[in-house]
Parts: sequence; C-alpha cells; structure tokens
Amino acid sequence: MAEFIQQLINGLSLGSIYALIALGYTMVYGIIKLINFAHGDIYMIGAYVGYICIKYLNLGFFPALIISMITCSLLGIIIEKIAYKPLRNATRIAALITAIAVSLFLEYTTMFIAGATVRTYPQILGNITFKPMEGVIVNIQQIFIFAVTIVLMTVLQFIVHKTKVGKAMRAVSSDKDAAQLMGINTDKVISYTFAIGSALAGAAGILVGIYYNTINPLMGMLPGLKAFVAAVFGGIGIIPGALIGGITIGVIETMVSGYGSSLYKDAVAFAILILVLLIKPSGLLGKNTREKV
Amino acid sequence: MKLSKNALISTKSNKKLINFLVIIAVYGIVQLLIFLGILGDYYQVTLAMICINIILAVSLNLVTGFTGQFSLGHAGFMAIGAYTCAIITKRYDSPLAFIIGIFAAAILAAIVGVLVGIPTLRLKGDYLAIATLGLAEIIRILILNFDSFTGGARGLGSIPQYTNWTWLYIFTISTIIVIKNFINSSHGRACISIREDEIASESVGINLTRYKVLAFVIGAFFAGIAGALYSSYFYYIKPGLFDFMKSIDILVIVVLGGMGSLTGSILASILLAIISTYLQSFAELRMIIYAILLLLIMIFRPQGLMGTKEFSLSKIFNKKQAPHENSAS
Amino acid sequence: MAIITVKDITMIFGGLAALTSVDFSLDRGELVGLIGPNGAGKTTIFNVLTGVYMPTSGTIEYQPNEDSPPRNIIGLKPHAISKIGIARTFQNIRLFKNLTVLDNIRIAIHQNVNYGIPSAFFRLPSFYKEEEEILKKTKEILEIFGLDMKKDELARNLPYGEQRKLEIARALATNPKLLLLDEPAAGMNPHETAALTELINWIWKEFDLSILLIEHDMSLVMKICQRIIVLNYGMVIAEGTPEEIRNDPKVIEAYLGGDTLHA
Repeated sequence: MAEFIQQLINGLSLGSIYALIALGYTMVYGIIKLINFAHGDIYMIGAYVGYICIKYLNLGFFPALIISMITCSLLGIIIEKIAYKPLRNATRIAALITAIAVSLFLEYTTMFIAGATVRTYPQILGNITFKPMEGVIVNIQQIFIFAVTIVLMTVLQFIVHKTKVGKAMRAVSSDKDAAQLMGINTDKVISYTFAIGSALAGAAGILVGIYYNTINPLMGMLPGLKAFVAAVFGGIGIIPGALIGGITIGVIETMVSGYGSSLYKDAVAFAILILVLLIKPSGLLGKNTREKV
Repeated sequence: MKLSKNALISTKSNKKLINFLVIIAVYGIVQLLIFLGILGDYYQVTLAMICINIILAVSLNLVTGFTGQFSLGHAGFMAIGAYTCAIITKRYDSPLAFIIGIFAAAILAAIVGVLVGIPTLRLKGDYLAIATLGLAEIIRILILNFDSFTGGARGLGSIPQYTNWTWLYIFTISTIIVIKNFINSSHGRACISIREDEIASESVGINLTRYKVLAFVIGAFFAGIAGALYSSYFYYIKPGLFDFMKSIDILVIVVLGGMGSLTGSILASILLAIISTYLQSFAELRMIIYAILLLLIMIFRPQGLMGTKEFSLSKIFNKKQAPHENSAS
Repeated sequence: MAIITVKDITMIFGGLAALTSVDFSLDRGELVGLIGPNGAGKTTIFNVLTGVYMPTSGTIEYQPNEDSPPRNIIGLKPHAISKIGIARTFQNIRLFKNLTVLDNIRIAIHQNVNYGIPSAFFRLPSFYKEEEEILKKTKEILEIFGLDMKKDELARNLPYGEQRKLEIARALATNPKLLLLDEPAAGMNPHETAALTELINWIWKEFDLSILLIEHDMSLVMKICQRIIVLNYGMVIAEGTPEEIRNDPKVIEAYLGGDTLHA
C-alpha cells in the first residue's frame, strides 16, 4: 500500500509536468489546428533559461521561474510570427513540417551554444524530504511541482474564463471566421495563446530540471510527444482535458515502470494514445463532430 | 492533336526506349566509376543512402502524397524490414538467404502494415499522423525489448554485407516502376480520388478502407525492402536509427519533392543527399542550416519542388513532337 | 413496381429530428421531384439513401428489377450503395477538382474494373485491355455531355455550369438504376437551366433511369417531374402531380405563408 501511494505521488508529479506542457499543445491546437511540434523544445529552453538564472545569475527559484516563463512566452510569440504566421493558409502538412523545422532549429541551436552534454541542475531547493506515512517519501521538489502547477492552473482558468482575452480566445477557438467578423483581432489572440502556452512550458522546464537534476538539448522530444498524447487523451482543444490527460499519462507511466518494466514505459503512452484514438478519437472530454455533406 | 495513330504509337515506344536506355546508361556509368575506383567509398555510401531514401520516399508518397493519408510511421516498417533481413542473413549467410531475407522483410512489413492500417486508417489528418507515429514508436520499443533476437539497444552487428550498387539499383528502379504503374492504373486513380474528396470518392463506389489500407500496405512493403537493403549495406543496425526522426526525414523528402510527384521524391532524395554531403564540413551547424532551409522552403514553396507535376526525360527529348492537345478548345 | 420504398425513416441529430417518419416510394422509370423550403431535410434524405447517414429508425427497400427480391439497404456503406446502382450528385459540387475531366469519369468506372492489383503493378495484358475499355466508355459519356473537348482540363477550371454537368456525367458513369440529383440547376441562369432540363429529360429516357430530383427552380421541377414530393420540417406534407402540388394549400403555406408558387 505504501509503495502504491509512493508511486502515485511520483506519478502525480510527472503528470503535473505533462499537464503543464499539454496545455500549450491543446491551446494552440484549439486555435490554429496546428500540432506545434516545437512546443517540447520550448519546454527545454525553459529548463536552460532556469539553469542560467540559478547557476550563473545566482537567482532564487521564483525569480528564475518567472524569468524563464517570460523568456519562453516571448520565444513562443516570435516563433509564431516568423514561422507559423506566413503559413496560416497553407496545407496542414506544410504547417507540420514547419513546426518540425522550428523544433530542430531550437534543439540544435541549443546544442551549438550549450553543447550536447547533459548538465546537472543546481540543487536550489535543497534536500528536504517529508514522511507523511510509513514508507512514503515526499520531497520538497515534488511539493514545489504540485504548488506551482495548482497556482498556474488557477491563473489560467481565471484568464480563460474571466478576462476579455480569455473570452476572445474561446471565441476564436470555437469559430475563427465568425470571431474575426465580430471584430476580434485574431492575430493578437493567437499571439496571446502562444505566449501563455509557452510560459506554462517554460515553468514545466524548470520544474523538470529541479526534479530530475539533469537537462540536455534533446530533452524536449519525448516529453513533448507524451504531452501531446495527454492533450489528445483529454480531448484536444479542451483545457481541463489536458490536465486530466497529463495526470493520467504520468500516473500510468510511473505505475508501469514501478510494477512492470521500465523499458516499456515509453510504449505505454503511445499504446494509450492509439486506444483512445480508436475508441473515442475526440478524447475523453471531446464532442464528436460530423462532416457536413 | 494532328498526330496519326501510328505516330502516336511510335512516340510511345520511343518514350519507353529512351527511358530504358537512360536507366541502363546510369547503371553502367556508375558501375564503371566504381570499377575504376573513381567513385570512392564516401560517395558510394552517399549513393546507397540516395537509393534507400528514394525507395522510402516514393513508397511514402503513395500513402501521403497520392492517397492523402498522413503517415508519420514509415521508419517503423523500415525497422521491421531491416531486422528481418539482418536476422535471416546472420543465421543463413548466403546470397540466396539475402534475397529471401529481402522478400521476407517486405512481406512481414506488409503484414504489419495491414494490422496497423485497418484500425488506424479510420482516423483522419493529424490524428492519423500521431497514431502512426505512436505505432512506429511501439514497434521500435518492442524491438528494443526483444533483445534475444534483436540485440536490444546495443543493436545488431556484423550483418553479412550483400547489398551493392547492382542490388540497390535494381530495387530502386523496380520500386519506382511498380509504384508508377500502380498510380497510373484504375486502382491508383481510386487512391488519388480519396485524397481529392473522400465523400465523392465513396459515392462513386470506391471502398475507402480497402484502398487506404492497400496504399498503406504497398508503402510498408517497399519500406521493408529499403530497411533490408539498409541493414545489409551498413552491416550494423540499432533501434535508435528508426525513431520518429527517421520517419520525419522521409516525410521531409516527400514534401520537399512535392506530394503527389514521384520524380519530385527522386529529385529531393538526391538534392538532400548533396546538401547533406556539402554540410558535412559545417559539423555542428549542419542541423541548424538544415532546419532553416526547411523553414524557408515551407514558407516560400509549401507545395514542394515539383508540386504534383512529373518530370519526364522523354518529354525533353520529344519536345518538338508534343503539341498541346487542347489548343482548339 | 417500386424501385425504392422509404418506410418510416426517422433521423435524429443530437436530439433534433431532421426527418420524422418519412414514407415515400419511387416507381421504376419514374422521375420524381423532391421539394421543400431550406432546411426541410431534402439533402438528409439523399444522405440516408446513399448510406452517408445511418437513420435512427426505419427501412429502405431497393428493388432494381422485377426478378431480384427487394433488399433493405440501411447499413450499407456509400460505396456498396453505389455498386448496387444508386448514384448521386451533391448540392455543393464535389468533383475531384485537381484531376482532369477524363479522370473524374474514369474513377467512377473503377467499380466495374476487373483487372487485379498485380496486373496494375506489372502491366499485364488485362491492364491494357481494360484500360482501353475504360477510356472508350469515358469518351462516350463525355460526348453525351459535350465535354469531350475538355477531357484534359482540370475539373476546377471548368465553368460552373459544366462542373454541374460533369458531376451528373460522373454519377452516370457508375451505371446507376436510380439517380439522385441534388439541386442540379443551382446557380445556373434561365438559359442554362432550360438546357439542363432538356439534358435530364434526355438521359432519363436514354438510360432507362429512375430519377429523384431535389430542386428549387420550379420551372425545371414542374416541367419534367411526373410526381412531386413536398417536405417541410422533416415530414412529407404533400405528394402528387405538378398540377396538384401547385394548388395544394399546405404547400403554399409551407413555402411563403400564403403566396402562390411561380411556375
């Protein structure tokens, strides 16, 4: 039992990180129907920015978190303006290849500047652990992951449901043309979406850094894909769906490597993806739509 | 069209003759260059990569460019082919085993293609892309875990090397001809109609599932061959070679050449190999330049080099004899 | 007698009834018009008939000739329905826009092609023989529609009227017994509509077809239809000869709340 709870806690921390990344995928897909393959790499950049802040600028966790989020949101806006905007009306496949190109660019530019080596993340939060019950250990990093995730989710819910920008985002996502006719500046809304999604990925990056202790330029690829799986699982384009999807994938993956074989843990996310797509392609919270003939 | 029927037939057979002569000549020249030692090892490796990439790209083009089914899992079928042929030739080391290995590779990849295709091809667009990506990753992870057969993450080494220029050329040309013939048949047109409009296609009696799966299976079959040739040429394979970045590399060739253009895929395979050779000297900057090139091409020429057009040798030779048919209308 | 008998078809979309207990039938060789205000459910009937939608309840019996027993076609996929002889056109033209006029027709002939995939791969004799037949048949159809001169043009480059014609030609190429035309005259000027009326009339007789026709242009409907079915709010509200329909108060009510129909 204690082991199960331990695995659950580990799964929840991993799942929170997936959820933070998945939100960016889901928001961008909801608005411009693009699988932003570069999103996983923005999360990687977030980890590196945090690393620089903590190691070289001697900043604390929260300043590093905020700087990393701001940097990532700016990066998100710039990427959208330079790479995706010219392709707004191009084919889906052209947009997808562009996203892959951006992803490669971010990965290899980071590799060029910072080197391909794995770097050890500075232990800024120390080595404090808690024992809420016999055989269960919660460390300070996990507590920070939960706290930051909950706060960011709350802020996001507030932005999406209570602010004018959020209303515009929901409008564009439900019908872009109609929103434009109603006088919503869609370009601006798309920029905001990229900014918010990227900021969340940046936060996830720094959290992963302190949790796993290591970062490298290609660290965004696999978590990026899994976060996308999480977004599809919950119903792509639906914000609470990304949260549920992220947590579910994180917990299942941890359970599989805890009780089964860690070699199969990467296959699990994809197996779940395929099952979801075959049983309910619109995802857990999605609605089925029908093509008009 | 003022040409008489006889003239038409003679241009047709002329066209075939020219194509045939060019195919033989290219083979002969390269073989001679290898024989004389002019074409060094490095260029031979590039040549092998070009041939393998052409097989991969042409077969993926059938699925994605012609049938309109967005697949990001082509490397998975290549992996199945590579491992099948490698395991067979490692056990029975003979030229016959190599040939059997190639066909076993192709058939096994095609069977997996059926199993994967039937459930997933119900999905559309991005969802299909992600599902195929996921399945290819699962194939790779399974290979990683069956280490008694596959050597796991360490990979398989000292695979007997049978692939040479002759085999590469035979399989590349056969792949191109077979897929070209298919596309220009009634079955191929059925596939193309699915890309154009699924609902209309169904309404005129095209069985969507059948033709989507068919294209997918043919694609998998040839990807299996490419994998077999690869493992026997480079005599070392590991699961990491067939990850989703490899699928993306193949997709990039198809998109760059033009979705729905076989000659585009061929040109793009050659062009990318040349660019990649040239970029070798830039070492670390190589991938950055590649990414920027890709980005620029997508922004300025999203339809690829050829669009859906085909480039034909005989057309160049016969330019004077080919007046446009519709000048009257 | 009846080629198709629609019995008690109800179609519900997310709680909204698009069709409610629709009953009607079409005799072999009959040309029937299906009319009704926008949103009455006309195209939904076509989609149910061609297997695009699965109705919530009801049956559709199809009997192309006396000798074959009637069969319920509900649950058949659209391609299977095309194979048993029901062809259609679409309200918002669905051609294979980036393919040539020739290929648009050749694709419709595909369901009758017998040569196998190996024959396609290796160009066996059966490939050449059948491809030649396909080409011959295609050209015959294009000649009927006066499109033979444009066979190598891309479908999207045809003028609107010819696109409509090509779509009908494509439907005919599947060798149907029952042809469903969804607003064939939409967007045509009176001159084009008159020519189209002639054409429909001609193919109806020439190919020995049964035709069900959705149309807003009353001049066309009244001129060629033997019988008219009127739909409103997903229900059949009237059925009869053009003359009867023209004077049916329920129909007049449904259309303009009192105004008369222009013939």
